[in-house]
Amino acid sequence: MKYVDEFRDPQLITKAADEIRRLAEPGRTYRLMEVCGGHTHAIYRFGLKDLLPPAIELVHGPGCPVCVLPMGRIDDGLAMAEDPRVILTAFGDMMRVPGTKGSLLEYKARGCDVRIVYSPLDALRLAQANPDRHVVFFAIGFETTAPSTALTLKRAKALGVGNFSVFSNHVTIIPAIRAILDSPDMRIDAFVGPGHVSTVIGCRPYEWIATREHKPIVVTGFEPLDLLQSIAMLLRQLREGRAEVENQYNRVVPWEGNRAALEAMADVFERRPFFEWRGMGFISQSALRLSDRYAEWDSEKRFAVPGVQVTDPKAAQCGEVLKGVLRPPDCKLFGTECTPEHPVGALMVSSEGSCAAYYTYVHRKVVAEARWVSSRQATA
Amino acid sequence: MGLISTGDRVVEHASAKLTFRDPRIEMAHGAGGKASRRLIEELIAPLLMGRSAEPLGDAAIVDVGGARIAVTSDSFVVTPLRFPGGSIGDLAVNGTVNDLAVAGARPVGLLVTFVLEAGLSSQVLEAEVRAMGDAARHAGVRILGGDTKVVEHGKADLMYVTTTGFGELLPGVSLAASSVRPGDRVLVSGPIGDHGITILLARGDLDLEADLSSDTRSVVPLVAALVDAAGSGVRWMRDPTRGGVATALNELARDCGLGIVLAEDRLPVHDGVRGACELLGLDPLHIANEGQFLAIVAPEVAATALAALTATPGGEFAVDIGEIRESPIATVIAETSYGGSRVVDMLVGDALPRIC
Repeated sequence: MKYVDEFRDPQLITKAADEIRRLAEPGRTYRLMEVCGGHTHAIYRFGLKDLLPPAIELVHGPGCPVCVLPMGRIDDGLAMAEDPRVILTAFGDMMRVPGTKGSLLEYKARGCDVRIVYSPLDALRLAQANPDRHVVFFAIGFETTAPSTALTLKRAKALGVGNFSVFSNHVTIIPAIRAILDSPDMRIDAFVGPGHVSTVIGCRPYEWIATREHKPIVVTGFEPLDLLQSIAMLLRQLREGRAEVENQYNRVVPWEGNRAALEAMADVFERRPFFEWRGMGFISQSALRLSDRYAEWDSEKRFAVPGVQVTDPKAAQCGEVLKGVLRPPDCKLFGTECTPEHPVGALMVSSEGSCAAYYTYVHRKVVAEARWVSSRQATA
Repeated sequence: MGLISTGDRVVEHASAKLTFRDPRIEMAHGAGGKASRRLIEELIAPLLMGRSAEPLGDAAIVDVGGARIAVTSDSFVVTPLRFPGGSIGDLAVNGTVNDLAVAGARPVGLLVTFVLEAGLSSQVLEAEVRAMGDAARHAGVRILGGDTKVVEHGKADLMYVTTTGFGELLPGVSLAASSVRPGDRVLVSGPIGDHGITILLARGDLDLEADLSSDTRSVVPLVAALVDAAGSGVRWMRDPTRGGVATALNELARDCGLGIVLAEDRLPVHDGVRGACELLGLDPLHIANEGQFLAIVAPEVAATALAALTATPGGEFAVDIGEIRESPIATVIAETSYGGSRVVDMLVGDALPRIC
């Protein structure tokens, strides 16, 4: 398969891993944060940690849109779903995220009309096909998905579809990276930069990370070879004392981003003064709401949503894991009260969440191997 | 996964304390993954079949006046009714025939139950009944009888079909998770994931097209060739339907307590299935198959067994995909040729629409 097979070539991967081992300076440790949840998933899915020297620690960042959504916002979406006129539409990975009174999936099983869509345009089509109902699209995601929401709203406006609205939970990546760098407990040496987000915003918005914060950042693709190449590029920068924005994913990411997508977003959205991020608190200028030009299609204006701030279950340490302070298995609930089947925190729900990725691809092996070692010791 | 006992059980009193805690049934309980297993093991089996540590297999083996026969039952609720490569009629026969085959039995007869929705076109029904007749003839199995019910319009997706099958156990074959040993090889009869992805695309929700068709077929000739070649060296078989290869092998790992190590690069997957899975974030190991089976064979017969499969029409793409190891205990992992490894877990939740 083109654009996949060449980036999973065992020989090239082995070569890149060798280079990383050569570049890692003895006695030095490296804390590299992959900002993007897609990278977290790929690292576990392809077992890349097995290939890295122990001196390199990959810290999982906040780039999983489902994970950073606070519970209060999920409750707001569920409140809309309870209205019998409403068809609530969402991406599949939202379905199992717990709100205070259940998940979208549980609401659906109780009879609310909740449907999975693969694109916001599907939600708009659903509205056109059901003129006597109101279709709400529960929009989530970074700059990766915001343009498709924007284009859908432009089409809804052009076609005059009045029974459709968007519950915008779109967030932006730069303020989140800033919050991480401002956080006193963070010690990050360099960043594996977002891939899909950068196809929209380009590489320029990261320049301050290099110039002002003196941290290297490499915009990176999602295949095993992409990630290893980019880790080697970061190590080379650190070794040479450079801090620059580099673009490993240039087969997809243009340096200046996607102008058409940015223009659509600028027309449809405006920045919220502040927005709550799960585990990270309120971050200013970090999220998008519909501009006044699209007020008619804004679910928050059309529905009286509770808008109540809900604190996370006390024992769950999602915040610490989201910021990379704790590793997933270090959370008190990990693997016992909180599992992908019965998630307490959102990090255990989305395939991009670091807890779900660790649980799915690593946890059982670690446990099983420990059991084997202890059973061998017992028989010896 | 079926609600099938592989031995005699004593039914406990119906007030036995249950561990099933899910407040209501969701689609995930029918998806063949962890939730399905919980529903069966924690609610249905304890109340109807008693608490036995015995693993649940694809077919029950019962002794009737000295003759040992295999019995199994399966329901089919797929939408759409027809899809590239087959239809609900084909599935209803092949699914049950395959459950008997991988239990080491030669399918003999089927009972067929229809639940029809008022308003269903007779032409559509006729086409499905004909498809069932053709599939039964092809698999060498007789239709012995059945039942028909009709429900109000809107209460069923046009039609549901349940088939119950009986088979005669093949001599010299003894299949059990407990006979699997470290060093045994894992064989698969052909490319995986075709059925599930074909149905997903046939529903048309995705605006994706691929040159794919369902793999629905009887695996009887392939199982016969394997058993002929490897005899008692065949330890265990399963057709990986809902929940896919990952679920079938996780059940085996749990039942035998051993590690199953797959070679990621050797898994046979058509490009169309791979592409759709990459795009949708699915794992081909979780996708349903309706015409493939997995076999665990002793290492000394593995090469002969594989050669017998590849020499049988329809088995050309059979592959040795991995081995059984002592560790990691009760876990399935996939290794890449560049030295990375990952756990292959059962499907969590409901990744796909109704597929069988």
